[in-house]
Amino acid sequence: MKQAFKLAWKYIVYHKFKSLILVACVFLTALLPIAMQILLSQFNQKIVARADQTPAVVGARGSSLDLTLNAIHFKSGSAEPIKYAQVADLRERGAARAIPIHAVFTAQNYSVVGTTLEYFEFRDLTLARGTSFAMLGECVIGSKLAGSLQIDVGDYIISDRDNVLNLAGQAPLRLNVVGVLNESRSPDDFAVFVDVKTAWVIQGLGHGHQDLSDEDDQGGKVLSRTEDKIVASAAVESYIAITPENMESFHFHGDTAEFPITSIIAIADDEKSETILEGKYSDDPTLQFTKPSDDVRELMSLVFRVKRFFDANAILIAISTAMLLLLVLMLSLRLRAREMETMFKLGCSRGRILQLQLAEILIIVGVAAGLLCLAVWGLAIVSGDWVESILVNR
Amino acid sequence: MIEIEQLHFRYPRSDFHLQIEHLSVGSDGQAEKVAVVGPSGSGKTTLLNLIAGIVTPESGTIRVGDQNVDTMSDAQRRDFRSAKIGMVFQRFELVEYLNVLDNILLPFAINDSLGLESQNQNAAQLAKKLADSVGLQSKLRRRPNQLSQGEQQRVAICRALVTNPQLILADEPTGNLDPKNKRLILDLIFQQSEARNQTLIVVTHDTGILDGFDRVIDFDQFYVDGTRLQTAGDEVSS
Repeated sequence: MKQAFKLAWKYIVYHKFKSLILVACVFLTALLPIAMQILLSQFNQKIVARADQTPAVVGARGSSLDLTLNAIHFKSGSAEPIKYAQVADLRERGAARAIPIHAVFTAQNYSVVGTTLEYFEFRDLTLARGTSFAMLGECVIGSKLAGSLQIDVGDYIISDRDNVLNLAGQAPLRLNVVGVLNESRSPDDFAVFVDVKTAWVIQGLGHGHQDLSDEDDQGGKVLSRTEDKIVASAAVESYIAITPENMESFHFHGDTAEFPITSIIAIADDEKSETILEGKYSDDPTLQFTKPSDDVRELMSLVFRVKRFFDANAILIAISTAMLLLLVLMLSLRLRAREMETMFKLGCSRGRILQLQLAEILIIVGVAAGLLCLAVWGLAIVSGDWVESILVNR
Repeated sequence: MIEIEQLHFRYPRSDFHLQIEHLSVGSDGQAEKVAVVGPSGSGKTTLLNLIAGIVTPESGTIRVGDQNVDTMSDAQRRDFRSAKIGMVFQRFELVEYLNVLDNILLPFAINDSLGLESQNQNAAQLAKKLADSVGLQSKLRRRPNQLSQGEQQRVAICRALVTNPQLILADEPTGNLDPKNKRLILDLIFQQSEARNQTLIVVTHDTGILDGFDRVIDFDQFYVDGTRLQTAGDEVSS
């Protein structure tokens, strides 16, 4: 058999182009379903693990999956906002902890998550360097984001405008990076965390501008002034960065309890409390209580059902490729009939001729399998980050 | 060396019929150079295939040395062919993806009974020596398509000789060569087979190359050495 492999190898090397095409056929046919399986498996593992770490989420009625994806992967999607007052309400209804999530905006295409410091404790997120946000305009960034954008403590990141064509829309806000998180291999690595009040400033619900209390005309910037009301013109300068010097000027119009958030992570003391809590929301006409693990498992079960069609497709492709290879082999045998006949006349058995063919097939399949192993190895290395990155807003 | 008696051969689904009452080539350890001539379809190549055990007769006996080819199993005939017979073909039949050295060593690579694994070094040395003797020493790494027709036939001759067979069977070895190369190749075959005391049977259409053969068997005239086969006791008919 060793000699058969040597001869087969020489044949393959001589017919490089044909052999490469055959190797590519086998390699690509096998790669597609295997790569899909790896990616889907990684996706499933990560999304389920993240969901399992989040006991329950409260948000506006509608798609529970959208709500879950907003709360755990910061996807803004179509999640409707709820009032910030619901955080206090949730605590009153029996939740041990209620963590607000405001995930609507982005900064350089990374999600800006408005929340409280409790979130870091809940997710076991620790600082690699710097401090947590303490003031308006400060942010803590995920490790992958820091690496990707090459920013660190002391730098800043600017929030994206929601619509560049809307000049009257909210202005971008400069967010000062005060801390960088340790890597957690989760969507948190790709997020910009700010205090929920900073998120409201980005949304335009709070702002800072030059002081207009001075009795001077201020160059026509004050249109009218009464005892309790000053009407200013558009010429008044609004701040796009929050600094110690202008921080005092930042203020919110209205009651912050009425301000929006997109979801609340609800943590009950135990399973019983959680069930009671769920019951309290079951009849609520505007709010829903959902368990991310149930939503995500339902989603994945749908994904795996769809995957069966792809599996069937891959099997059909594999069969057609095998038939094509068989055809190539048969045509090759016909082309090599004289060579085989000569070998037979020189004392080669039909069995050895079969061995030669078998050795060629094994080498082709072996090389393809080797390449496949390399590809799978490479994919296994990069797929983790890749899956994490597609699970967050980018 | 070769004794054929009462041989009958017929190809399946064909009218072709070859009958040989008696044919003898070489004797008493004496090698012989025999030319087989005759028109196409007269059975010249079939005779070589019968002697080599590539096809088997319906009846009759074929003895090569002390072995009965007609009673051997398929595997025995293959091993016999590998070890005892060297074959040269009209169209050289070199393997395109092997270089000169690998083509010469092909019989070892395709038949384990020749024991290439244990004699690898010896076989390679012998192959190089043979290539050297036919002037191919500088072209061992070339592939057949990089050689002239004459060079390709020389490689084929080396391949036939590398197992040091008792018998060389050449089927139209000069059929694809120009006149100059015809003589050169034939002289080379004579020279190599004489040096090893090997019996040589050459099938040819070309009556212009018959000088130098010890005997000529004419399938057209049913004559051997100018004597009618029947009267000489050797009969070949088709």
